[in-house]
Amino acid sequence: MSSQTSERVLRAATSRWRPIGARLDRSAGSVFILPAVLVILGFSIFPLLASLYVSLSRLSFSEGGVDLKFVGLDNYAKLIVGVDQTHFLGVVGPITPVSIAVLAAAYGLLALLLYRYITGPNRTAGGLVGRVVTVVIAGALLWLIANTILTSGRPGTLVVTIVYVGVDVAVQYLLGLGLALLVVQHLPGRRFFRVVFLLPMMITPVGVAYLFQMLTDTSKGPLYPLWARFGLTDVSWVTNPWGARLAVMIGDVWQWTPFIFIILLAAIETLPHELVEAAVVDGASRWNVFWRITFPQILPATTTVVLIRLIEGFKIIDLPNVLTNGGPGTATESLTLHAYTIWRALDIGGSAAVAYMLLLLVTFVSVTYVNLFRRRVAALT
Amino acid sequence: MSRHLAKALGLVVGVGLMAACASSSNTNSGQKFSGVTVRVVTFTGPQIAEPLQRRAPDFEKATGAKVQIITVPFSDLYQKVLTDFATKTNSYDATVFDPQWMGDYVPPGYLEDLTDRVKNDSTLQWDDIAPFFRDFSATFKGKVYTIPLDGDFQMVYYRKDLLQKDGLKAPETWQDYIDIARHFQGKDLNGDGKADYGSCLAMKRSAQSYWAWISIASAFLQSQGTKQGAFFDLNNMQPLTNNPGAAAALDVYKQLSKIGPPTQLNDDVGNSRGLFITGRCALSLDWGDIGTLAIDKTQSKVEDKVGAVILPGSKQVLDRSTGQLADCNATLCPYAVNGVNHAPFAAFGGWSGAINKASSAKVKDAAFAFLSYMSAPKQSGEDVTIGRTGFNPYRTSQFTNLDEWTKAGMSTQAANDYLGAIKSSLQSPNMVLDLRIPQSAYYQQTALDTALAQFLAGELNVNQTMNQITSQWNKKTDDLGRQAQLDSYKASLSVTK
Repeated sequence: MSSQTSERVLRAATSRWRPIGARLDRSAGSVFILPAVLVILGFSIFPLLASLYVSLSRLSFSEGGVDLKFVGLDNYAKLIVGVDQTHFLGVVGPITPVSIAVLAAAYGLLALLLYRYITGPNRTAGGLVGRVVTVVIAGALLWLIANTILTSGRPGTLVVTIVYVGVDVAVQYLLGLGLALLVVQHLPGRRFFRVVFLLPMMITPVGVAYLFQMLTDTSKGPLYPLWARFGLTDVSWVTNPWGARLAVMIGDVWQWTPFIFIILLAAIETLPHELVEAAVVDGASRWNVFWRITFPQILPATTTVVLIRLIEGFKIIDLPNVLTNGGPGTATESLTLHAYTIWRALDIGGSAAVAYMLLLLVTFVSVTYVNLFRRRVAALT
Repeated sequence: MSRHLAKALGLVVGVGLMAACASSSNTNSGQKFSGVTVRVVTFTGPQIAEPLQRRAPDFEKATGAKVQIITVPFSDLYQKVLTDFATKTNSYDATVFDPQWMGDYVPPGYLEDLTDRVKNDSTLQWDDIAPFFRDFSATFKGKVYTIPLDGDFQMVYYRKDLLQKDGLKAPETWQDYIDIARHFQGKDLNGDGKADYGSCLAMKRSAQSYWAWISIASAFLQSQGTKQGAFFDLNNMQPLTNNPGAAAALDVYKQLSKIGPPTQLNDDVGNSRGLFITGRCALSLDWGDIGTLAIDKTQSKVEDKVGAVILPGSKQVLDRSTGQLADCNATLCPYAVNGVNHAPFAAFGGWSGAINKASSAKVKDAAFAFLSYMSAPKQSGEDVTIGRTGFNPYRTSQFTNLDEWTKAGMSTQAANDYLGAIKSSLQSPNMVLDLRIPQSAYYQQTALDTALAQFLAGELNVNQTMNQITSQWNKKTDDLGRQAQLDSYKASLSVTK
């Protein structure tokens, strides 16, 4: 009797406790994740929102502290339509045949992409809206790029940054891929070269900038005999806008090609040999082996590494800052350097506004890139 | 177990005793500031930081106070120290900085008032410091906040040997400067068989370029004495950057950008000084540093070949009533010499030491003692003759006592020349005071500097440059309050009306 009672009591107790236990089990995940969420909120989301507020205000010093005065969109207006417009957006020159041709081709491509999506099988309303927004923003950026670079105008920090990223990442990828393909061949000394190719990445960017400052100095420096031989000692290429930009881009390419090289090398080295051997047996040419077998298999690694370099590339500051201080004029000034020069004079609101414009640009480019390429590649594999 | 415990205890006590002995033998309890640490922040240098670092151990030996010299890049110094004080982080007890920034540091109350201290300190010999540095550089609204460690004027240096050989006189006007530079451009000036340069200036962006331009522009913009001001109209705070005088200065600057080394647009003073003292330039515009670097036997190739003169002037100046350039006459240019208006520019105002008000009393005492020690005639008299210190003369005794200069390797003639150029600037009633209003760093280092860089690079023409500077200055003035900025500007010029 007593044992029966106690059993019943026990069963009743368990049945009463079971839902609580299950609930605890269910929420355990959230509880365990909470510290991480709090850390992210504290160190990532909060600063993001705080800097958004700073970008909408003006900082001044008062008796014993700092005053933040809310000024609305004034800091953004300065960049887009105000006193800093030519610095940020550049100067648009009168249209030229080249700028019209390039724009027409680019707009044609955008229209084609949009048309293919609309007539394609997978279209959704949300997808369409997203693509229209993308096409409009990309169209505006292309218009700005074409009318500041391909005319007598001049690019502002926004366009200069886009040029840096576009050229740098493309060249870095091609060089990195080429080097990786070379090093996987069974050539003598490949281990040695693998290490040598990695070295530039391990130097601090400021060191690279000083290195290139010496190399680009035609009137003295280690390459002086070379310049002297060609009679170029009276020509300084860092005082010419495109020469200076080129110097910055060469430095960046030199430093970051190894990053792409090492990732692609790892990807190529893990590929199974059987496919390549089978293709060779079937008489495929070297190009066909690369284009139809190797390249498709390293596409996932390619898209990831390019995405990382795109995001990193937008933040370029060390090279132009040390090499030219953003000069001649504002020719080599990137968005980060633009924000930095404003911040140095303690216009923290204006600086935050530039930083937010950069954030918007990086987000736009990354999201577009992921939508355009990564998803397709993921679907392929 | 207990034996182990006893052993461990013994060890701890022993080590403790040893440490106590060691520390008591290290510090002399009789010293005034034993145990006090003073954290002084200045720029990376090597100039300015070098003498502070070199003399800190001597000071510690004499007083017991440990002095830490913290250095940051020049372009970060302004905001780094200001942010530190404003956010009450207070990681610095004293700063050796640009007294021009006092407009941002003094009103919020970050700096210690030193008025009584300087009067009561006999080692400092306050009255020996030249009146300009005492009353303007160190003083803000009637109170002393800094101790000058350096005297700053821009002047022109020329190769005496070359000019004499070709029968040329030192430049009196900017047109003379251009003509002489043209004459020597492309000739071999140091006998190494390579073509050299007529003039070497620091025109790099975010460096010292804007001071050089102001040195040129001031000759056209200010003619009625210091209180007239060279930056803003005293009636309405309109910038003096959009008129024929500013245009003439831009034109001179552009011409000079083409009579020099090919890298000139990317040269800072480090480059231009290096070129000048290795004999590659006929002319240069700089602070007092070239004078002392030229006698530095380890690097100079122009020892005793360097002359110095007050900044060149102009025979035409801006007539503020008409807004046009007009020829100098007795009313327009009352201080003109031979019909040439000189307006020597006290660029920067000289590195000076200031003390953080928030530090503890003992630390503030030690910080003051250190700055006073650095400035005292015995130490500073030697430091101003050494090129690498970056310190230039600012005390009466440094101008009158030629012994230190000849001891350092200058000939009597060269010393007279060099000190004479500084003295004639210092005594000029038409001296141009550097801009000292809230956010002067924005007006000069950001807005003016960027526009000049764009102008030199050909991104902007003369009118666009003037418009850009003017609209950016006006926007900042309006943001901060036009009347408040005007009041600050007038106060900096000691204009009371």
